[in-house]
Amino acid sequence: MKSENTTLGYNSKVEGEVVVTQADAVINWIRKHSVWPMPMGLACCAIELMAVGASRFDISRFGMEVMRFSPRQADCMIVSGTVTYKMAEVVRRIYEQMAEPKWVVAMGACASTGGMYRSYATLQGVDRIVPVDVYVSGCPPRPEALLDAMIKLQDKIGRERSVKNLTAPKAAAAAAALAEKEA
Amino acid sequence: MSDANFASLKERFAYLTERDSADHLAVNCPAEHLLECCTALRDDFGYDLLVDVTAIDWAAETSPRFTGIYHILSTTHHAYIRIASDCVDDAAPSLPSLAGIFPAANWHERETYDMMGIRYEGHPDLKRILMWEDYPYHPLRKEFPLAGIEVPFPAADVAETANAKVLPAPMMGGPFVSSADGTMREIEPQAKDESWTEKEENR
Amino acid sequence: MATTKEISIGDLGARTGVAEEELKGETMALNVGPSHPTTHGVLRLLTELDGDIITKCEPVIGYLHRGDEKIAENMTYNQFVPYTDRLDYLAPLANNVAFAMAVEKLAALEVPERCQAIRVLCCELARISSHLLGVGVFGMDAGAWTVFMYTFTEREKLYTLFEELTGARFTTSYTRIGGVARDIPEGWLGRVTDFINGVLPVLDQIDKLLTRNRIFVDRTQGIGVISREDAIAYGLTGPNLRASGVDLDLRKDKPYLGYERYDFDVPVGTTGDCYDRYLLRAEEVRQSVRIIRQVIDTIPDGSFYAEDAKRIVSPPKEKVLTSMEELIQNFMITTEGPQIPAGEAYFEAENPKGALGFYVVSKGGGVPYRLKIRGPSFCSLSILDKLVPGHYMTDITVILGSLDFVMGECDR
Repeated sequence: MKSENTTLGYNSKVEGEVVVTQADAVINWIRKHSVWPMPMGLACCAIELMAVGASRFDISRFGMEVMRFSPRQADCMIVSGTVTYKMAEVVRRIYEQMAEPKWVVAMGACASTGGMYRSYATLQGVDRIVPVDVYVSGCPPRPEALLDAMIKLQDKIGRERSVKNLTAPKAAAAAAALAEKEA
Repeated sequence: MSDANFASLKERFAYLTERDSADHLAVNCPAEHLLECCTALRDDFGYDLLVDVTAIDWAAETSPRFTGIYHILSTTHHAYIRIASDCVDDAAPSLPSLAGIFPAANWHERETYDMMGIRYEGHPDLKRILMWEDYPYHPLRKEFPLAGIEVPFPAADVAETANAKVLPAPMMGGPFVSSADGTMREIEPQAKDESWTEKEENR
Repeated sequence: MATTKEISIGDLGARTGVAEEELKGETMALNVGPSHPTTHGVLRLLTELDGDIITKCEPVIGYLHRGDEKIAENMTYNQFVPYTDRLDYLAPLANNVAFAMAVEKLAALEVPERCQAIRVLCCELARISSHLLGVGVFGMDAGAWTVFMYTFTEREKLYTLFEELTGARFTTSYTRIGGVARDIPEGWLGRVTDFINGVLPVLDQIDKLLTRNRIFVDRTQGIGVISREDAIAYGLTGPNLRASGVDLDLRKDKPYLGYERYDFDVPVGTTGDCYDRYLLRAEEVRQSVRIIRQVIDTIPDGSFYAEDAKRIVSPPKEKVLTSMEELIQNFMITTEGPQIPAGEAYFEAENPKGALGFYVVSKGGGVPYRLKIRGPSFCSLSILDKLVPGHYMTDITVILGSLDFVMGECDR
């Protein structure tokens, strides 16, 4: 803390080079500012997703420009477009390949609910196969809407009980599976 | 060959009949002559670019039930021709495959087989193209409902881990659909299925 | 200090000495997609490799099959317009026009000249938008990221224009059967002129970045060569067909919307390789700019919809809200749909990706009995199993990029 005008109520001369905080806060702070999205570009929404990554809207302002097409290097899947039954299998497999912790954003009407495609071939919402954290409305959503969703996701990550999940990941997974079964 | 008209075609192919058309030249061709006719059209009349292959289902009780439709464009004299060919058997419709003379027909015929269930005799690899391999129905047949029919999920392991199913789409609250005929009340775009509710969905 | 430990690989001798002969002809199956950074959508390729050379390639499609044709049988004609946006979602305005034209052809309805001019404007702006993305993403596939950023900046300007015209960035739903949804806004033509003045220098910049770029040229020249005969046999249309040396442009050869009034050239390739397809798209953007200038100079006054077709066209909002007759007309069109006579018609428009065709079968009334959509990308992809074998694995990205397909209209 070398800044002259620090607004923090913290004085390194008194308290030393140490900040005391909660482990949750630190872990979440790290996680939410380094989201690596996996663009699951399926249809029209993928074009708006590209626009978000390109010059005018510039997702890198939020530390999310590291789009990884390999699920093993990504932690947030942005499902952008219509998920058909034929594709649903692939979406689920890719989701399973992502390392924990992982989040899913359903971008647009099709990914959220099937949208205008109420037909025999379309999965009526990606939440039927993977758990979704943030839904974005619109067909397709404007880039601002997706950015807003990503900020909402950051807020959500910020409220997680990360340490508890770290120490007892198996218990958490088991509880989640149980809850899913009951629901 | 300049603009082909029906008379010049009829001279060559006695079995053709003229078909009502709002746009360009259209002919009816019996299925057994289809290959011969298309080969000649390509080689002698300049109709060399097969743009589209499809079929129409005239509903279950009509006969002939299925009509195969082909659109061919000439890259030299820039004219279209539409060839219609009725499938003989209504229960197990089939047509000769054009994949041997127009490679473009390969995928189009697979699509028509997938959607309509018309078998193309002599096709090198007739299998589903848009739906998945084990899908049991042909969705563009008239009796098939827009919402779909419950069938097993394409991948068994995913079906188990994600508890996923292929279910009929809820037709309520979605895009309103219209019917072709009926009273004005029935034609009007509306939600056809009133059975679906939020409560039912979360059951 | 770190220590190292010798590890031995038992098989090593076998792999180097003996296997030379045995490995010959050994192939490896490799799955590409449906989720893959350079597949431009959910296309899956089942390939077989001998070393780094592809010996077999089977495209698998259908991952975006949403049932558009079935939906169309359950919708009035105007209700289906939004679905056409989502066919080729890089040029929705052109799709809207093609669909409306097909239905109007069946109804033998001629739209007023002003409406035609607006539609030409839409089609050509859509072409610029689609080709900009095509060229930008093609550059990205070949490793030139900068071009993508340049083209996306221009596309954003286009989106602003579309938004002003239609209310949406790219799901425009702008046409109605027998007209367009609304007249062009005041001052919009001036802003289009500003845009096309601005896009030409960017094209020159892209030209400087790619056309003589050693890496780009090496990766694209002589790659993915489609012969003239193959291009016709596989039903390719649009830029992919013309790059193979076939001079077929429906705007010139089967003129619609008064394209015969405008002066423009149809670029035609000579070799049919990836490089030719790139050059062709870049040139088509320039030709589109030419057409747009002429349209802006000559756009006639008059109505933007066919006023006398009272059973087909829904009148504009301000008339519906102020006049009883138009209110009833609007009510009838909304509830019953545009009344299209029984019959069948096929119409193809020269879209950015190729000829987008609609085959409409009507039994009368407001709902099509059958609507078949002929997507140019469907045909462009069907040639892959012939085109790809013999190339290196790395060429796949370049070939796919140069074919400039979009899965929305391929799978429908």
